[in-house]
Amino acid sequence: MINLPISIDAIIPEITLACGAMFLLIIGALSKRIITNTLSYAAVLLLIFTFFLLVSLNWDTSISMNGFFVMDSFAGLIKSAVLLSMAGVLALSTGYMKREEIVAFEYPILVLLSTLGMMVMVSANDLLSLYIGLELQSLALYVLATIRRNSLRSAEAGIKYFVLGALSSGMILFGSSIIYGFAGTTNFTAIAEAFSANPDMKLGLSMGLVFLLSGLAFKISAAPFHMWTPDVYEGAPTSVTALFAIVPKLAALALMMRIFCEPFMGLQDMWVQILWVLSVASMLVGAFAALTQENIKRLLAYSSIGNVGYALIGIIVGGTGGLGATLYYFLIYMAMTAGTFGIIMSLRREGASLEKIESLEGMSKTHPVQAYVLAILMFSMSGIPPMAGFFGKLFIFESAIAGGYIYLAVLGVVSSVVAAYYYLRIIKVMFFDEQVEELQYETNVPRDAVIIVSILIITGLVLMPEPLLIMTQNATASLF
Amino acid sequence: MIEFPLLSLLTFLPLIGAFFIITIRGDSESVAQNAKYTALYTSIFVFVLSLYIMLTFNPDNGGFQFKEKVEWLPSLGISYTMGIDGISLFFVMLSTFLTPICILASWDAVKLRVKEYMIAFLVLETLMIGTFCALDLFLFYVFFEAVLIPMFLIIGIWGGPRKIYASYKFFLYTLLGSVLMLLAMLMLYSQTGISDVETLMQNPVAANLQYVLFLAFFASFAVKMPMWPVHTWLPDAHVEAPTAGSVILAGVLLKMGGYGFLRFSLPMFPEASDYFAPMIMTLSVIAIIYTSLVALVQEDMKKLIAYSSVAHMGFVTLGIFSMTTIGIQGGIFQMISHGLISAALFLCVGVVYDRLHTREMSRYGGIVKNMPKYATVFMIFMLGSAGLPGTSGFIGEFLSLLGTYQVNILMSLLAATGMILGAAYMLLLYRRVVFGPAENRDALAMPDLNSREIGILAPLAVMVILIGVYPAPLTSRIEPSVDRLMAIYQTNIGKTLEPKKATLVDAEPLNDSSEPISLTYKEQAHD
Repeated sequence: MINLPISIDAIIPEITLACGAMFLLIIGALSKRIITNTLSYAAVLLLIFTFFLLVSLNWDTSISMNGFFVMDSFAGLIKSAVLLSMAGVLALSTGYMKREEIVAFEYPILVLLSTLGMMVMVSANDLLSLYIGLELQSLALYVLATIRRNSLRSAEAGIKYFVLGALSSGMILFGSSIIYGFAGTTNFTAIAEAFSANPDMKLGLSMGLVFLLSGLAFKISAAPFHMWTPDVYEGAPTSVTALFAIVPKLAALALMMRIFCEPFMGLQDMWVQILWVLSVASMLVGAFAALTQENIKRLLAYSSIGNVGYALIGIIVGGTGGLGATLYYFLIYMAMTAGTFGIIMSLRREGASLEKIESLEGMSKTHPVQAYVLAILMFSMSGIPPMAGFFGKLFIFESAIAGGYIYLAVLGVVSSVVAAYYYLRIIKVMFFDEQVEELQYETNVPRDAVIIVSILIITGLVLMPEPLLIMTQNATASLF
Repeated sequence: MIEFPLLSLLTFLPLIGAFFIITIRGDSESVAQNAKYTALYTSIFVFVLSLYIMLTFNPDNGGFQFKEKVEWLPSLGISYTMGIDGISLFFVMLSTFLTPICILASWDAVKLRVKEYMIAFLVLETLMIGTFCALDLFLFYVFFEAVLIPMFLIIGIWGGPRKIYASYKFFLYTLLGSVLMLLAMLMLYSQTGISDVETLMQNPVAANLQYVLFLAFFASFAVKMPMWPVHTWLPDAHVEAPTAGSVILAGVLLKMGGYGFLRFSLPMFPEASDYFAPMIMTLSVIAIIYTSLVALVQEDMKKLIAYSSVAHMGFVTLGIFSMTTIGIQGGIFQMISHGLISAALFLCVGVVYDRLHTREMSRYGGIVKNMPKYATVFMIFMLGSAGLPGTSGFIGEFLSLLGTYQVNILMSLLAATGMILGAAYMLLLYRRVVFGPAENRDALAMPDLNSREIGILAPLAVMVILIGVYPAPLTSRIEPSVDRLMAIYQTNIGKTLEPKKATLVDAEPLNDSSEPISLTYKEQAHD
């Protein structure tokens, strides 16, 4: 190995991904034909290759790049999940993009670049690297939202997402500069040291933290910063919606966990209050606002808002128990969402993609297997045992009760009952209503593979809920 | 030596049958036929296996038998623990006994999606047995809650005109109660670090915590039971569910509430049970009288039986929360008896509904002439429901009232009027449907019971009379477990009630006096 002034071992996966993305970009740009599909499969392979590179790394805590970059088992687990779910999302979307005639070859490359952004976010150990990662992923996602250029709705969704996203990035930047102003450093470890050396800066730091937190709340679409979510989910092509729903929030949640556990641990009494409000508001908005939705993508948008509310409970509780529960919950949520979007993308009615919930009418008669899969996913989303979604909720509420947040747990279960109503509605439409028009299911091997993996996780977890729990708890233990 | 996991086999056998049904391929006619037979044979085999378990069950042992324990979530100390005692044994039997009957009852009535219907019933059987066998808080919850899924689909897919409303109401009502119980379980777990039911029974939590936990468990079990005033989902669910769905709902699912009180509330929260007993007894008495009155004015046969179920379940809670050995025995017996009788009554309604497609009582009348066999079996169940001596209904209600009488005379007096009202509405139902003016030609043209229907109803009729005349095989197995439950209850209340010792001493003679009655009763039973 060449002797470099700084060690690059820890960021080899990121470098690989960046180089690979550039390489694919050049191939795509130089190619005479449009080779979106080939590039997509190449991107999936690249993601999986990067995943194996990541797994082969040493996951012991190490800080490199002059304190910019941290690699620990927490980052390792989150990055693995990001890489694999991104590969899954790409597998889900190739068939859909082809059918919808969205042939921009930039699509897989933008996905790769947003993945890279998320990986940098997760490993950020400095406010600057945090911002670089966040912006890289956000910019890629803005473009993805508008990828269907000739569609007014897609363009509207993209602009809306961009304007609000830029505002939130601005807030994060503003918050970071306040924090820098008080602490005199942007490094996470140094901020924590500066604070413990001089507790008087608490007020100033919490000012900065509030801005930082508001910006991050935009990214995870926690209420009351959720306004963009339903519109963007509805307007963007469904494959992009799937991506929005599944991956970026995990990276943003992981980032939140890291900044709360490292630089701002001393301000716990401050941020817990903010998160409490965010969590309760998200759960309630997610439960009640979804009740009247007719569009299935909007419904899933509100469902994701609600789910972020549950995930935040674990962060509020803190400790390996709480954070581990959040991770557990969110990983299962990702698996469920992947399956759900897979089914939705496969369905067509009268040659058009599915948008309305009513369009699922009578699906159980024409496509019983798919209908049962979707029903299982919906029961899992509403947290009914023995599906995996139940275990996610179980550990979240277990941590809340163990941490003494009983009211939060009560609000959580009550809103989960309200939310069960609209999940049941999808089942009702599929099973209890009579069919009006013919519904087509389009088979696509990579997409069906993702659906099968998702349903196996959802139904099989009951047999072995333990390994994932150990994994998430060990990962979060490295934060402390 | 590792003991053979009989209970797990019993629990998951129906699931294996369901799996085989999934794999059936071919044209829809033969698929339906094969699915029916596979489901029937599976459920009969499960019943035979449960008979074997009942016969090898040691009646002298009040503790848990056939125990199994496998690590499930070792880092949290949660394991897959199964076992039965005298209290749960007969609920398991009830589940395995009613499932083949349900499958037979749907033989011709269900024409749509037969394959899925049979799968739903087999899955439901697995979950019911699992609920009664689970000896870990969270395992119990998994089974208890998962029951909602097949039942929701059964009501929603194969139900009547207002099936959507009924299925939603059933699901959301029960879910809301259950999630509160889940929180209480988590609280209990975080306080003690134990999720094993048997260990938890020995270690009651602090008294002030017990009140909250009791109420949360109560929220779940009271809805499931159902107790007044959270019973309103039951008439809707019963009316809209297909016949077999009503049978399982009335026969087994309602018993999960009473079972829960016995398994969790009484031994784990003795202090709170003691504190809330007057409230629950009051609610029970209101349920008995109020729902009996409501039943009197029903036009829909299924609705009438549904309201009568609420009243009969009132006797169960009354008996259980009298906190006397005899009352608890009565409660258990009443649940078993009601499981048989109400199931049979719904089947009887199903028989005429299949012929005339209406449940309005006024559309029938005088059918004793053309359906004498039907009139006979219907009479047995009608009288059983009214609590006639010689049927199982009498023993359950009598023991419950006896237990209540030892604690509160007024309550038992008021509840006893419920027996009169019960006789009134059942006789009214019978008079209007079976006797009465023979005005409806189509009702008079109905053929009598066919051999399949006799095959369904006869075992139930035999059981109702058999255990009504000779209840000893049941009571002898139930009694040691109830004694053990009472012993745990007494010691636990002693543990948590240190400062209030005086009241405990006052309460003692009441419980002593129950002993002789129990003995004489048993002697009579053996005669």
